Amino acid sequence: MALLEIRNLHVALKDGPEIVKGIDLTVERGEVHAIMGPNGSGKSTLAHALMGHPAYEISSGDVLLDGASLLKLGPDERAQRGLFLAFQHPYAVPGVTVTSFLRSAMNALRKARAGGEEDPIPIPEFRKELAAATAQLKVPRELLGRYLNDGFSGGEKKRVEILQMALLHPRMAVLDETDSGLDIDALKTIAAGVSDLVGPDMGALVITHYQRILNYVRPDFVHVFAGGRFVAEGGPELAVQLESEGYDAYQPEATSGVSS
Amino acid sequence: MTGAGTDVSQIGREYKYGFHTTDEPAFSTGRGLTREVVETISAQKNEPTWMLERRLKAYEHFLTRPIPTWGGDLSEIDFEAMFYYVKPTEAQVSSWEDLPPDIKDTWDKLGIPEAEKKYLAGVGAQYESEVVYHKLQEELVRQGVVFLDMDSGLREHEEIVREHFGKIIPYRDNKFAALNTAVWSGGSFIYVPPGVRVEMPLQAYFRINKENMGQFERTLIVVDENAFVHYVEGCTAPIYSSDSLHAAVVEIIVKPGGRCRYTTIQNWSSNVYNLVTKRAVAEKNATMEWVDGNLGSKLTMKYPAIWLTGEGAHGEVLSIAFAGPGQHQDTGAKCVHIAPNTTSVITAKSISRGGGRAGYRGLVNVASGARGAKSKVVCDALILDDESRSDTYPTIRVNESDSDIGHEATVSKIGEEQLFYLMSRGLSDSEASSMIVSGFVEPITKELPLEYAVEMNRLIQLQMEGSVG
Repeated sequence: MALLEIRNLHVALKDGPEIVKGIDLTVERGEVHAIMGPNGSGKSTLAHALMGHPAYEISSGDVLLDGASLLKLGPDERAQRGLFLAFQHPYAVPGVTVTSFLRSAMNALRKARAGGEEDPIPIPEFRKELAAATAQLKVPRELLGRYLNDGFSGGEKKRVEILQMALLHPRMAVLDETDSGLDIDALKTIAAGVSDLVGPDMGALVITHYQRILNYVRPDFVHVFAGGRFVAEGGPELAVQLESEGYDAYQPEATSGVSS
Repeated sequence: MTGAGTDVSQIGREYKYGFHTTDEPAFSTGRGLTREVVETISAQKNEPTWMLERRLKAYEHFLTRPIPTWGGDLSEIDFEAMFYYVKPTEAQVSSWEDLPPDIKDTWDKLGIPEAEKKYLAGVGAQYESEVVYHKLQEELVRQGVVFLDMDSGLREHEEIVREHFGKIIPYRDNKFAALNTAVWSGGSFIYVPPGVRVEMPLQAYFRINKENMGQFERTLIVVDENAFVHYVEGCTAPIYSSDSLHAAVVEIIVKPGGRCRYTTIQNWSSNVYNLVTKRAVAEKNATMEWVDGNLGSKLTMKYPAIWLTGEGAHGEVLSIAFAGPGQHQDTGAKCVHIAPNTTSVITAKSISRGGGRAGYRGLVNVASGARGAKSKVVCDALILDDESRSDTYPTIRVNESDSDIGHEATVSKIGEEQLFYLMSRGLSDSEASSMIVSGFVEPITKELPLEYAVEMNRLIQLQMEGSVG
């Protein structure tokens, strides 16, 4: 049974146009898939729809994690089953420190795994895991005491997204433009962190505009996404080809995106 | 939304203060208010004549003063149905072991012994209008700090009480100050001598435990020159079916160079009218801080005030109001700048949900001659659903051109995107909402003693659990 299976998925804005127009994708355990596409092609819509964003409607198709459909579940239940989305634009929660948020999120997942019984992580264990993950991802300690994403730079937000991924131990991670807004050092650190986390039991879907991140997180498969569909699929060589030739070949008209 | 399911039947059960123990009052004046009731209260306490006269004048004024109509709806208060004085036991006790088991049981449920072990410098707890238990640690006595219930304060320090009682809040101030002055009982009396810093917060717990019983405690705090004290009051009330009235008066004087912080967390049951007059005077270079958290009650009208009468005085008010179904929190702050170079900061946060109504009503007044006065007001409202309401009534009067007054107000709702983000990490809808609300009030909870901050967050969670259908 595949880890993640997307079957003929159609996604529309509620009472709005269809943005994802029928895609199929299977991610096995241990695999990294890249979805590459121009800006405005619907990549983020796909990411949000997989996580269960209430603004989107799945008009047809299905999404299965470990063979069970996710479509009727709320975002919290999808997370509890092991799905994770690293946001392109994470939201700020003023008044809640990164540390306190991380502990609450870990405890929410533990509670779900304990069948709804409170099962808070012991503080020493939490501290140990947090220290290990912050060291690995080079997250400054100072950031942990600040309010979640409140006044963070783009790079700080992305680091904290991956820190969350490290501590929540998802089995299927979707990374939405995690590379955007990062300088090369930050990109290397974060990409190395992602590569370390993806293991034999975990799959990842890396959504990106640029090939750059794929030098550090090596994809097993590359899917080119344009106009709401996969227009080309292949191995890692496809990413390199895209980097040199651009997306023009896959655009119906010459409207290649220039900004994000 | 699914997730950690909310069973409606659990909500009432989880309201852990919704209990009451069997009460056997030693003495009660019965229902209703008459001249005889006022005389009886005074006689029971063996008060000096001047206090009786003050009570009677206040009583006459209370009768003639109309019910205020500018704020919340007070028309349903039935003054004749209230008890004005209930005395639970005849004498005060001085140690934990001597407490009647009934009272001890109530306090055990409130977790007071633990609190005492950890923090308390002294516990004064009011039970049915009378402080029956009082404990001062030796250190306080050694420093010359007086921490008594108000009745004992009047007996033992009559000259200080007579000098200040009703000076800051005269009985003519408003109808409920008049009522309090007429029938007051209990409350705290604190005197901190010059230069003494009380490092541990002084705390008092009290609760209403008699149906239809009004509670009229009177607190007077005198902080002498260059002295410091932090007073904390927390109170919770059991749920009853008919309306209760809480009309307290708190007067504070902070002498030159002194500092006083007064922290309140109130969680009255949803049938209580909470009408409190709080006012402090800050003299030269003195600092007064009110930290005021209001959850629960049917209607709260409370606007802690600071009169900055000495040059360089500083005043600060931090206020949180949480209005749930059927509740109206009409709260705010007043800062009156009389002397030059005085400064004030008002930070007010309100949350309304389930049809609740929370508002900010404030006054900043800069008198002519208060040169260089600075004041900053920030009031933020968080409205959790379409049925709920938030109002802002800021009044600013400036009669001095050399002054700097700022006012910012925001109104926000919990955003779908913010909720989605938190839920994508596994938090349920209500957990995510609670987290956003806790974060919203964090600038104030971080100022609370740890136990109160924890309690405040727990109360918010409890309130929020009922908010998701």
